[in-house]
Amino acid sequence: MVIELTTPLTEEVVRELRVGDQVAISGTVWGLRDATLIHWQRQGFEFPVDMREAVVLHTQPNVRREGNRWLPVCVGTTTSQRMDRFTRPLLERYRIRAILGKGGLSPDSARAMAEHGSVYLAVIGGAASVETLQIEEIEAVYWEHLMPECLWCFRVRHLGPLFVAIDARGANLHQEVAAEAQRRLEGLTASAGGDRQTAAKAGARP
Amino acid sequence: MTTATHGRVPAVSDAFYEVLEETACQAYVMALKDIPPDVRRGLAHAVERESSERAVAVMRTMLEAIELGDRDMLVCQDTGIPIYWVRIGTAAFVDGDRIRQAIETGVRRATLETPFRSSIVHPVERVNRQDSTGEGIPVLHFDFEPGIGHLSLLMMPKGSGSENWSFLRMLVPADGDEAIRSFALQAVVEAGGRACPPLVVGIGLGGSSDQCVSLAKIATARPVGQRHPDPKVAAFEEALLEDINTLGIGPQGLGGDTTALDVHVERAWTHNSMNPVAVNMQCWRGERRRARIAYDDLSVDWGYWW
Repeated sequence: MVIELTTPLTEEVVRELRVGDQVAISGTVWGLRDATLIHWQRQGFEFPVDMREAVVLHTQPNVRREGNRWLPVCVGTTTSQRMDRFTRPLLERYRIRAILGKGGLSPDSARAMAEHGSVYLAVIGGAASVETLQIEEIEAVYWEHLMPECLWCFRVRHLGPLFVAIDARGANLHQEVAAEAQRRLEGLTASAGGDRQTAAKAGARP
Repeated sequence: MTTATHGRVPAVSDAFYEVLEETACQAYVMALKDIPPDVRRGLAHAVERESSERAVAVMRTMLEAIELGDRDMLVCQDTGIPIYWVRIGTAAFVDGDRIRQAIETGVRRATLETPFRSSIVHPVERVNRQDSTGEGIPVLHFDFEPGIGHLSLLMMPKGSGSENWSFLRMLVPADGDEAIRSFALQAVVEAGGRACPPLVVGIGLGGSSDQCVSLAKIATARPVGQRHPDPKVAAFEEALLEDINTLGIGPQGLGGDTTALDVHVERAWTHNSMNPVAVNMQCWRGERRRARIAYDDLSVDWGYWW
């Protein structure tokens, strides 16, 4: 089942979501990335627009100019880890309700999401062609000198599939999967020379 | 300089460099839009075997994104660092400097004419020329094919998502080959969902440190499902693939049986007191394109691997 969400997202709606839920978003989503957030920090953590309770997406889009408008050529999602350090300040300053990205965020960001009532939604990274068709319009662009890492205002329709990867209780899907992978890795490497080695193909050598 | 001792070969015409520029340009754009058939088969096969419903949904979206590429869209927004491996057939004289210039111009044109985003910046100043070029970029690798009457190029636009998870370790000989396997597994776990799995994991063995990393990179370009010619290495690739796919990382790190589509090893001999291993990862799209330009009629043959 896909949960359809429409912006603005309320804290109440966000707190209902659970890790693993599949959702889609319609409405306004703000695009930002490394340089956008570095600049935000240098500006004393002030954006040129009101970002209270907004939904943000980790992105650096391919766009083209037509007259005074920007049109999407290819808009996809980037690895969130690089922007992880800005999660807590974003939530504290603006109570951002959802962050869309790929690859997950840290345990501290998950705690901040629980404290402030926010979720991390995993986009399918690399499937930007799908994402691009879900962007109806680029409504505004701020900090154009950072092109293409500006602050982008997108109007989206059924943006997804998105998977709740951190919920407002602080459950963190990427961390759970990573912890399990680490546990299995230890099993795989500890048994080297024993069961695993014989299970591997005879004569396998790099 | 062509000398009597090296034999005399005819030089290619000026038109050759124009075709090369056009081909380098097209190869970049095609790599971004046309996902290789072996990768498509690998993903489709993984969907059939996958036990996690979520992982299936993720990979179906990936297949949908690939189809949109067939309708002339860029599949990913990250147009990458442009890398070209060039193999120069030696049946004609080709000017190396003009090859470099033609490919650079091709990269610039692909970026500005498509148009797509330039991701290339100065490493400290972070200034972007907006044409996907810079000092040392595009990345060019040159090799030669004795007596062959064409030039081949293999183009890979390498995205940062997977490239940021690159690993080199100078193991010692006493660590043996078990340490190679462990190091590769650790690298995949450390990258987790951030390298955009399901991956093609490239492993470089031996050589000098830089050569080892380079081998890991070209290993990621070998088609999914194609094994190393040495049967022992081929068996190692298969066993490691099986191990990686028991880790449970899954597509996008959201869990599942499909963490890698394939594992490829490339090797070189090394120093007797060295045991270097490198791991490089390619994201699920496995983007690349190969072109071969004939010296005689300047015809271009397109493919996905040498």
